[in-house]
Amino acid sequence: MSRITEKDVDYVAGLARLRLDEEARARLVREMDAILGYMDKLNELNTEGVEPMMHALEMTNVFRDDVVGESMPRDLALETAPQHDGAYFIVPPIMDPEES
Amino acid sequence: MSAWHERRAHEIAGAVRTGAVSAVEVTRAFLERIDAVDGEVNAYTEVWRAEAEARAAAIDAKRDRGEALGALAGVPVALKALLCTTEGTTDCSSRMLKGFRSPYDATVVRRLRDADAVLPGKVNMDEFAMGSSTENSAIKKTRNPWNLDCVPGGSSGGSAASVAADECAFALGSDTGGSIRQPAALCGCVGVKPTYGRVSRYGLVAFASSLDQIGPLTKDVEDAALALNIICGRDPMDATSAAVPVPDFTASLTGEVKGLRIGLPKEYFTSQLGSEMREKVERAIAVLEEQGAETVEVSLPHTDHGVAVYYIISPAEASANLARFDGVRYGFRHPDAETVDDLYVLTKSDGFGTEVQRRIMLGTYVLSSGYYDAYYLKAQKVRALIRQDFDRAFAQCDVLVTPTSPTPAFRFGEKTDDPLEMYLSDIYTISANLAAIPGISVPCGLTSAGLPAGLQIMARHFDEATMLRVAHCYEQHRGFDPGKPPIARGAA
Amino acid sequence: MEYEAVIGMEVHVELDTRSKVFCACSTDFHAEPNTNVCPICLGMPGTLPMLNREVVNKSVAVGLALNCTIARWSKMDRKNYFYPDLPKNYQISQYDLPLCHGGYLDIETEGGTRRIGITRAHMEEDPARNVHGMMGGGSGVDFNRSGVPLLEIVTEPDFRSAQQVYDYLAELKQILLYLGASDCNMEEGSLRAEANISVRPKGSERLGTKTEVKNVASFTQTMRAVEYEIKRQIRVLSEGGTIVQETRGWDAEKGISFSQRKKESAHDYRYFPEPDLAPVVVDEAWERRVRDALPELPAARRKRFREAHGLSAYDARVITATRGMADYFEAVVRVGADPKKAANWMMGDLQALCTETRVEVDACAVCPEDLAAMIGLIENGTISGKIAKEVLAAMFETGKHPKEIVEEKGLVQISDSSELEGIVQQVLDANPNQVEQFRSGKDQVKGYLMGQVMKASRGKANPKLASQILEKALRA
Repeated sequence: MSRITEKDVDYVAGLARLRLDEEARARLVREMDAILGYMDKLNELNTEGVEPMMHALEMTNVFRDDVVGESMPRDLALETAPQHDGAYFIVPPIMDPEES
Repeated sequence: MSAWHERRAHEIAGAVRTGAVSAVEVTRAFLERIDAVDGEVNAYTEVWRAEAEARAAAIDAKRDRGEALGALAGVPVALKALLCTTEGTTDCSSRMLKGFRSPYDATVVRRLRDADAVLPGKVNMDEFAMGSSTENSAIKKTRNPWNLDCVPGGSSGGSAASVAADECAFALGSDTGGSIRQPAALCGCVGVKPTYGRVSRYGLVAFASSLDQIGPLTKDVEDAALALNIICGRDPMDATSAAVPVPDFTASLTGEVKGLRIGLPKEYFTSQLGSEMREKVERAIAVLEEQGAETVEVSLPHTDHGVAVYYIISPAEASANLARFDGVRYGFRHPDAETVDDLYVLTKSDGFGTEVQRRIMLGTYVLSSGYYDAYYLKAQKVRALIRQDFDRAFAQCDVLVTPTSPTPAFRFGEKTDDPLEMYLSDIYTISANLAAIPGISVPCGLTSAGLPAGLQIMARHFDEATMLRVAHCYEQHRGFDPGKPPIARGAA
Repeated sequence: MEYEAVIGMEVHVELDTRSKVFCACSTDFHAEPNTNVCPICLGMPGTLPMLNREVVNKSVAVGLALNCTIARWSKMDRKNYFYPDLPKNYQISQYDLPLCHGGYLDIETEGGTRRIGITRAHMEEDPARNVHGMMGGGSGVDFNRSGVPLLEIVTEPDFRSAQQVYDYLAELKQILLYLGASDCNMEEGSLRAEANISVRPKGSERLGTKTEVKNVASFTQTMRAVEYEIKRQIRVLSEGGTIVQETRGWDAEKGISFSQRKKESAHDYRYFPEPDLAPVVVDEAWERRVRDALPELPAARRKRFREAHGLSAYDARVITATRGMADYFEAVVRVGADPKKAANWMMGDLQALCTETRVEVDACAVCPEDLAAMIGLIENGTISGKIAKEVLAAMFETGKHPKEIVEEKGLVQISDSSELEGIVQQVLDANPNQVEQFRSGKDQVKGYLMGQVMKASRGKANPKLASQILEKALRA
C-alpha cells in the first residue's frame, strides 16, 4: 500500500527548495514510502500522557548577559560570500517583500 | 621501541613534555606516515603540513623557554571535516562547502590548541555526517585499514581510519546515532560518545542538534580519558553544554571493577546479532566477570523503536540545520541562479548529495503541516520512553554492555542500495544518543575474516568515569593484543 | 447593507537592549552595513544561539504592563521559511508556548474606554535588511539587524474602526516608552504594525476573509491605510465581489493599498522546538522582581494627575505623554507650584522652547525647581506673567535661576503706587487727545492708554495696580 505519492514528494521538495529529476522523484516516492512505512512501528505504542522529550537535557534558563562584545571585521564577514560589493552580501533581485 | 606514529597519545605527550622527543620530530613522523599510507587509506581530506610543523616548532620553543606544556603536548590530532577551523577548510565532505574557510574555531579546536596539540589536518566523513560508511563523502572514498575493500564505517570514517592506520595519535569525530562508536568498532579503535552536553557543540556543523556530540577516537582507553579531560566542560557559547564538573578521567582508570553491576539488555542479544559477534561480546563479558563484576539481565523494551524515532528526529532537525546552506553568505552558489528562488533550488539540488537530500526530504515531510503530530511529536514521546527505559535499567546496574554494531565492516556498495537497511545497522548505537547518555566502543577481537569487532559500554548521564573504568579494565584483561591492521603492518 | 469592520493588530517591537538576542553584537541601528555582525548572527555553520537574559526581562515587563499571564514554562521554536534576510533560513521564535498570553489593554478612544484583548506576546529574532537595486540589478543584504530582539504583540480582532487602531498604537507606544522596552522609532523600524482587516454585515458573527496591511511608516498612515482598506472591502462586497486573502502594501503618496502577494494556501512553517536553547522558566520570584520594578504606567498616571492635581483630561494626557515629562511635572509640583499653572507653563512656553530646539522637557536647561520658583515669582507679584515669558526664555538659554535673571535684567515688577502714578501721569500728558476721547465716553481708549503705560514701564508695571491708578487718574 503506497501512501507517499508523487504529489507529496513534489510538495515536500518545494518546501525544502529541492529540484528533483524524474528518476530522483520516483526513487524518493519508493524510499520515503518504505522508510515512513517502517515508522508506523511507533503506532504500536500507546504514548497517551507521555511528555514529549523536547530537549536532550533537563536544563532551563541558560542565558547570556546583555553585554556587547566584539563584532567581526566586515572584510572577514564578506570574505566567504559568493558575491558581495564590499558592504553588502549580494543576491539575485528580491521581488516580493515577505516576512518581517 | 616502536615508531612515534605507533605510540599512544599519553606516551607522546609525556615524552614531548620531558624533552625526550621534540614535537617537530613527532609531527614529522606522522606526516611521513600519512605520506606512506594515506594514498591507500584516503582518510585525510587535507593535510596541513607547514602549519603542523610550525605549530610543533612553537611548542618546542615554549618548552625551551621553560614554560609548562599542555596535556596534549605535541600530540597530532586529526579533525573530522565538520569541526570549524580557521586553519584550512571546513567542508563537511560536501560539495556545498568545498573550499569554505571558517572565520572562527570550534570550541574543541581551541581547547586542543590550548593543550598544545598539533593539528595535522581534516579527515573524511559522510557528507554532513549522514551515513554509516563514509561512502556519502563528496570528496573521496576512505578505506578500512583492516581490509581495503571494506568501508571504515561512518560517519566519522576518516577519523577511525586515520587512527587505525597510525596517521594521527587520535582523532575527533562526532556521534549523532553512532557515528563515532560504529567506525571505531569497524576500524578496531576506541571511540567515545560523551553524555549530551558534556562537550561544547560550538563550531560543530550541526546535523541533529539534540543528538550530536563530539568525542575522541583513540588507540586505547587511557588516551580517550586524556582527550576527554581536554574537550569536556561547559562553554558559554553553547546553551546545551552542561555546567557539570569534569573529573580527571584518567584518575578513574583503576583497573578495578569488583562489585560493579553490569547490565546486559536482552533486546541487544537477539537473532539479529551474528553468532560470531555474539561470541566476541560474550567472551568480553566473561572477562569482566572474572574481574569481579556482577552481571544482570536488564530490559530496554523500546529498543526496537529506536531506529524509527531516530530517523524521524534527526532528519527533522537536519532539515532546518541544513537550510542555511543557500549560497548567500558562504559556500557553493549555483552559477546559473538568476532569481532568489533559483538561488535556493539550484544551489541546494546541486550542492547536496543524494543521502543528504533524502534526509532533508524526510525531515521536511515529518514536520510538515498535518504530519507533525503523527511523526515528530510521536517520536519525541517514544524518545521519552526510551530514556525512561535507561533510567530504569540504571537502577539495576552501573553500566550496560552490548555489541557496538551487529556486523563487522562491510564491503563498499553492499548497503548503498537500500537506505532502510543501512539505517537499521545503527540499532545498537542510536539509543545512547536518544537517551543522551555516554557510550564507548572498545575492540573486542577479530572475526574469522580478520575484521575488528567492538564492545559497547554505556553509562548513566555524566558518568563517563565509570564507563571508562570498565572499558579500561576490560582492555587490560582481555588477553589479546588487537594488533595492527594489515596496512600498518605492510608499511611498517 | 451596513457593514462592520473587524480588525486585529500584530505589532513587532524591537526591544531596546545593548546586544542582540542570541549573540554579543551591538543593536546600534546607525552602524555601517554588515559591521555589527558575527558568525552567530550571520548563521555561519556550527554556530549556536545563546539567549540574552535582558530580552526575557523586557518581554516580561511588557507582558505584565499588558495584563498578560506570564508563562511559567516557555520555549523557543524554529519557524522554517526561506528568505535572503533570514541567515539560518529559520527564525528562532515562539510557537505554541509564548512567554506572555491572555492580556488586555484598555484604550481611551471614540465613545469612551475600549478593552482590547492581547492574545499573546512572544520573543523572536529580527531578520536582516534587504536593499534593492544593487550592482547588476541584484539585492543587497545587511545583517546588522539580524538578531535584534523582537517582541511580537498580537491582539484579538477587537477593533472596529481605524481610530481605535490609532489609539491602541498610541497607547501601546506610550507604555513601551514608559517601560524603556523600546525606542519605538518607526522610521528606524523599531515598531512595525500590521493590521488584519475584514468586514462583515453588521450583526453577523462570522468573520469575513481578511487581508493583511503591512509596512506602513507611521500611526497616521496606518490609520489611513486601515480606513482605506475597510472602504475598499465594503465596496468590493457591495458590488458583489469577494475579498481575496492577501498581503497588501500601502502607498502613502497615492493614499491607496495595493496587492503585494497572494497567500499561497497558508504557509507551512514546520515549527518545532529549538533544540539549541533551553526552555525559559519565569518563576513567581522572577515575575515579582519585574513587576516590582515596573514604573507607574501612563493610564494610572493620567488618572492620578486628574484626581490628585486637578488636571483636565486633556492636560493630564499631554503632561503624561512621556515618562520624563510626567516626572518633570511631579517635580515642579513637589516643590510647591500650583499644578494647573505648572501644567500650563509646561505645555505652553516651555514646550514651545523645547520643540524649537529639539530637546525633551526633562532634558532642558530649566530644572523643575527653577520653573516652580518662576511660577512663585508671578504669584508673589515680583514679575508679571508677561515678563515671566521673557524670564523663562532666559532661563532656558542660560540655565540660571529666575531670581538671578530678574535681578540682572531689572525685571522686577513696579508695584510702588507713587512710581506708577508718575508713569501714568506722563502717559496722560503725552496723549491729551485720547484722554479727551475717554472723557467724552469712548471707554475703549483706556486699553490703548494702558498699553502705553506698560510700554513706558518697559513691561514692568504691575498690571492690576497700574490699571487701577490709570482708571482713577482718568476719572479725576
